[in-house]
Amino acid sequence: MLSPEERQEIEAEFAHYPDKRALTIDAMKVVQKHRGWVSDEALKDIAELLEVSVDELDSVATFYNLIFRKPVGRHVIMVCDSISCWIMGYERLRDHLMKRLGVKMGETTPDGRFTLLPIVCLGTCDHAPAMMIDNDLHRDIDTDKIDSILEQYK
Amino acid sequence: MAKIWVDDKWYEVNPDQSLLQACLGLGFDLPYFCWHPALGSVGACRQCAVKQFKDENDTQGRLVMACMTPVAEGTRISIKDPDAVAFRAGVIEGLMMNHPHDCPVCDEGGQCHLQDMTVMTGHNYRRYRFKKRTFRNQYLGPLLNHEMNRCIQCYRCVRYYQDYVGGDDLQAFVLRNTVFFGRQEDGVLKSEFAGNLDEICPTGVFTDKTVKAHYTRKWDLQMAPSVCVHCGVGCSTSAGERYGTLRRIVNRYNGEVNGYFLCDRGRFGYEFVNSEQRVRQAFSRQDGRLKPLPKEKAVEQLRDILKGNDRVIGIGSPRASLESNFALRSLVGPDRFFNGMSDETSRLVSLMAEILLQGPARSPSLREIEQSDAVLVLGEDVNNVAPRIALALRQSVRQQPMEMTDKMKIPRWLDFAVREAIQDQRGPLFIATPAATRLDDIATATYRAAPDDIARLGFAVAHALDYEAPVVPDLSSEVSALAEQIAQALKNAKRPLVVAGPSLNSEAVVHAAANVARALSKDGKAARLSFTMPEVNSLGLALLGGGNLSAAFKAVEEGEADTVFVLENDLYRRAPASAVDKLMQAVRHLIVLDHLMTPTASKAEYVFPSGTFAESDGTFVNNEGRAQRFFQVYVPKEDIQESWRWLIEIMKAAGHPVAASWNVLDDLVSATAAAAPVLAGITEAAPSAKFRIVGRKIPREPLRYTGRTAMHAHINVSEPKPPDDPDSPLAFSMEGYPGQPPSSLIPFFWSPGWNSIQSVNKFQSEINGPLRGGDPGVRLIEPPQVSNWLYFSAPQKAFEVRPDEWLLVPLYHVFGSEELSAQAPAIAQLAPGPYVALSVTDAARLQVNDGAQVEVKLNGNVQRLPVMVQQGLPTGVAGLPMGVVPLEGAGLPLWVRLSRS
Amino acid sequence: MEKVLTKDIPPDGSALDIKAYERAGGYQGVRKALKMTPDEVIEVVKQSNLRGRGGAGFPTGLKWSFVPRGKDAPHPKYLCANADEMEPGTFKDRLLMESTPHQLIEGMICAAYAIEADVAYIFLRGEYILSAERLRKALAEAHANNYLGKNILGSGYNLEMHLHLSGGRYMCGEETGLLNALEGKRANPRTKPPFPQVSGLFGKPTIVQNVETLCNVHHIINNGPEWFKSLSRSADGGTKLYGASGKVKRPGLWELPMGTTIREILEEHAGGMREGLRFRGLLPGGASTDFLVEEHLDVKMDFTEVQKAGSRMGTGTMIVMDDRTCPVGFVKNLEHFFAQESCGWCTPCWSGLSWAEKMLTAIEAGEGQEEDLERLAYICRFCAPGNTFCALAPGAVEPLQSALKYFREDFERHIREKQCPWR
Repeated sequence: MLSPEERQEIEAEFAHYPDKRALTIDAMKVVQKHRGWVSDEALKDIAELLEVSVDELDSVATFYNLIFRKPVGRHVIMVCDSISCWIMGYERLRDHLMKRLGVKMGETTPDGRFTLLPIVCLGTCDHAPAMMIDNDLHRDIDTDKIDSILEQYK
Repeated sequence: MAKIWVDDKWYEVNPDQSLLQACLGLGFDLPYFCWHPALGSVGACRQCAVKQFKDENDTQGRLVMACMTPVAEGTRISIKDPDAVAFRAGVIEGLMMNHPHDCPVCDEGGQCHLQDMTVMTGHNYRRYRFKKRTFRNQYLGPLLNHEMNRCIQCYRCVRYYQDYVGGDDLQAFVLRNTVFFGRQEDGVLKSEFAGNLDEICPTGVFTDKTVKAHYTRKWDLQMAPSVCVHCGVGCSTSAGERYGTLRRIVNRYNGEVNGYFLCDRGRFGYEFVNSEQRVRQAFSRQDGRLKPLPKEKAVEQLRDILKGNDRVIGIGSPRASLESNFALRSLVGPDRFFNGMSDETSRLVSLMAEILLQGPARSPSLREIEQSDAVLVLGEDVNNVAPRIALALRQSVRQQPMEMTDKMKIPRWLDFAVREAIQDQRGPLFIATPAATRLDDIATATYRAAPDDIARLGFAVAHALDYEAPVVPDLSSEVSALAEQIAQALKNAKRPLVVAGPSLNSEAVVHAAANVARALSKDGKAARLSFTMPEVNSLGLALLGGGNLSAAFKAVEEGEADTVFVLENDLYRRAPASAVDKLMQAVRHLIVLDHLMTPTASKAEYVFPSGTFAESDGTFVNNEGRAQRFFQVYVPKEDIQESWRWLIEIMKAAGHPVAASWNVLDDLVSATAAAAPVLAGITEAAPSAKFRIVGRKIPREPLRYTGRTAMHAHINVSEPKPPDDPDSPLAFSMEGYPGQPPSSLIPFFWSPGWNSIQSVNKFQSEINGPLRGGDPGVRLIEPPQVSNWLYFSAPQKAFEVRPDEWLLVPLYHVFGSEELSAQAPAIAQLAPGPYVALSVTDAARLQVNDGAQVEVKLNGNVQRLPVMVQQGLPTGVAGLPMGVVPLEGAGLPLWVRLSRS
Repeated sequence: MEKVLTKDIPPDGSALDIKAYERAGGYQGVRKALKMTPDEVIEVVKQSNLRGRGGAGFPTGLKWSFVPRGKDAPHPKYLCANADEMEPGTFKDRLLMESTPHQLIEGMICAAYAIEADVAYIFLRGEYILSAERLRKALAEAHANNYLGKNILGSGYNLEMHLHLSGGRYMCGEETGLLNALEGKRANPRTKPPFPQVSGLFGKPTIVQNVETLCNVHHIINNGPEWFKSLSRSADGGTKLYGASGKVKRPGLWELPMGTTIREILEEHAGGMREGLRFRGLLPGGASTDFLVEEHLDVKMDFTEVQKAGSRMGTGTMIVMDDRTCPVGFVKNLEHFFAQESCGWCTPCWSGLSWAEKMLTAIEAGEGQEEDLERLAYICRFCAPGNTFCALAPGAVEPLQSALKYFREDFERHIREKQCPWR
């Protein structure tokens, strides 16, 4: 069941396109904003609202990187693993995070607090290495700074 | 025509195609994967690369994909260019990196396009040393097997399933080199055309699951050109046997009928041939029970029954061949031959035959249906009664939009570009049926109504087209407006089509369709009128003639007849059980010839084992009016033989003079052809048994057929002589003419280097065009030069809802409604359980929900059935699934009482 | 030098709101354009030699001229701003959108007017959260001030503009992939012809244009094509946002005349290599460009000159490789990106790039085979332009083929020594 807010947010976009089916990503992002990820059940509800099959919707969902079809932690860390960040210390940053959180890339901490994911170039290469946590961009990251950054996310 | 230069010569080719099609049509072995003649080009796989040169001075050239390059005057390409050859091998290398190389255990092996293209490109050395990506397979239903590791990401499956068929539950998931083709979750694929994925998929990802249960390599099959027996469309098929069991049905290309595709009922319905219920010997009733007896005895006893007996009648069947029906007619005499269709069906099929014969509208082939640019469907749920026509109708709505993309200079074969430019635009398609259909999603408008109202709409359309056509009184403004809209659309079209049929048992609907077609023809339009037929030979039988069923019953009841032959027919499906039971009581000798021990056969005095389509030769006439010959695939075990052969034997034993000269199929075909002028053309449906090519017969078995000695070694170590086939130019052997026979005699498609179904390319005079020498079958009905027709009069009264009764109308199911395919376990699994359909309003009126039980009083019997609430069903109308609910031959539509249980 | 795109960027990282933007001269371009005919606007842009700044460098005015115009043209027509900046090493559009969102909007309105578009979309990458916020606010402001919507400034021209956030895929930055994504589908590319100008978004005439390109349009209208040409040091008109990342002293972004040399960007603006490091090579325009080395430092960064040197200017943001960074690891990182981002449509890309990544991983881990270099070179040829369906794979092999050319010795050492010499 989509909540009234979710439904409203999605329907607000209907007028922007000649066809509801153009809203596959937008609709899934709305649900993901509220729930963190898109479950099979949510997928069905969205498909119904957009009048597409659930298979078609999942075909789109599984193509894109930012749609999570598995549960994620309360906070999603996305560490840029592209070239400039790699030059500037991505591996050190990654290893530190993995050690600090006790998880491998793609995993969620047992307490459900963080999910650790790689992400492609974040477009802030002059401030590498960089990462995003939820909607926040963190850049020019020193490994010393990581812990205080993580502190902000309960 | 355009001149193109390929390697070292100029060639003249059709300019409306891609270079790939042109090269394939010229006979070049240019490899490809993602292109398909019915799906067009998308340029994904990159397999068909050739080198293109600007002019004769350009020595460098550049690689282009032949499937994406238009044919233009002066195009210069090289297929043999070393860069192109190397690149094509490189593409195979890419595809094979992740491939499991499991040919020995893969069902596709021996008929695999990937195998063929791998050999063709010469790639043979593996450089990739890393891990392969693997997938978990899905359960997709009882018809198709899923083995994703073999996938080469050609995208044919989803393009076919989504774009051609309109399905949405088969999709591509994920991306890069891990694309997964399947459903969001395991489950039966929803489309009734999913089975074609077996042939669409160039590897073994999608394969026929029913074949898996008794798997045989293509090269080990004995095959013959056959015709699907599960509906009136009569698609051409290729049937294959091994060790005496029918193994599979695959599509046999027929450019005018089925093209490259079958429906699932036709592909998977064949297992009835292997059913436990098969009658394999002659039976007679001894001590009240049916017991086997030697065939000679059975024939003898029949001779005795027939001696001096002038009270013999014969009941034929619309699912039996023309020849079998004719033989029975000859045995009993034309005035004692009854066609074995229910009264209503018989009346309607004869009416439809008459309308087509009278003209002026043309009965279109399936290809012509595809090319129609405005369609009106009156009453028929085409997806369920003539599925292959539904698939053709789905393509027809692209005709008008493609005129727009033609103007944009987008070639029709550039598939995605055409579809993107067209978006959701569709040509006119109007569907008037009581219940929702699976073509509704592409319909311009649908009209849900009772049969009489559907007829009235049709009559109103005819009147809107031509004021001389009868007026329909008391038409609502909505329906008038719809009729006007439909008339406009048909009038503005270049190739308008009306589709109707006998499914609703409504003469008025058939009349209305005729009126519309006639009104269109008056305008000088190339109007087409397609009538669906309920069974494979309904139209053929109607053209042959024969009385109706109640006359047959009457004859027995009144003592005029006491000996009844029933040919391949279960009378309990044709008439109320009470009437059939009465016949059973009254008749003295009941002789049944059939494949299966049906309820009728189980009550007979004699049962003769009838060969199915796979074990017989004969002719069917499809709904188009096309006579098609089907050929025996194998010699059946035990005493099974063609019905017509049984009848000839019986006639000979009884001293029938006319049968004296009948020994082989050709004798009977000629005699049948002489029975009625309209049937004269059936002799041309295939060459006679005397036909040879350079003195050789056509082999049913591929050159690489194995084990022909070993398979009999446990019986006799010496290899037996292959059985003779006096009925056809085909041989039960791999020996014979190795080249291409006439199209009606092609048992399977194969060409050197092309082991898969893609070898069809080599048999066509033009890719996606006719087979060389013309497509199989002979049209028997052409509109006459001069046609003196009259309009039929319109029904005066509209449908009226009754307070305590419902009009029960027939609903049809592609899986379950047809008698023979319903015996195939996979089909039976997909058939619905019994139900009665009610509209939302009526369900509310009766205070029932989905699944609640109601009582239906039918012919004095009460049946308890669960409700299925169906959106759109008109108020006052209820629906009953044919073949699924024991109907007692109720003769729908019928007013019934319904009450909550 | 005269700055155009960055002249009004607030130094504190905030964005210009509409009032500040108007005070700085904003929306004068729209006013002027609306008094011209669409054809006149196209002509002016043509003459300015403005070329696409998304990577391909196609002449902008010429691109627009293929859109059917006039009373028989199909409608609705679309303008899409390609704000899906995902080319690794590229970070220029971010700056423009975060600081001067109205500059993008104004440029879009002028471009939309020129092609008679009815609806415009900003296709923004999903990770650019701050840009999204600021663009949303700017769109609302523009609407409220009659720069968008019906009857813009009383001209009779109507334009709706919407923001769409991408689901996250490099292929969305490809013009036709973007169109498919905007239609709610998988971002596979489309074949051309037919070109988007004829059959684009929802089958209608469409122009897809990079953010930086669009931001130049109204300046050209305001000041004329000659002015625009005069800003440049080469035949391609205007200024360019150049960037440098990697171990230079001052990684950053600078608006400079088109045609500034690589040396000037690298040494003057980026400050040269960090202490203790030496320059080995760079990718001049993002990940999908060929390496240039020491001998190329005096090449002018414009579309033509860089091409002559054997590479592409691409996005103009340089990725600098120092002499302590392993070239094999460098290229492996890039091929990992490209293999991951392959949409899976055409065989050479989805099979070749993954194979390349695996071989590079093996080489980096000391498990390379001698033949691997030949195989990698083969993959570069396999993925040449024309062999693939779109430009992703040909771009992907540019750094690989040039690394094999300029740094072959490093690859051979990895294979010979069975380990990465840098570790």
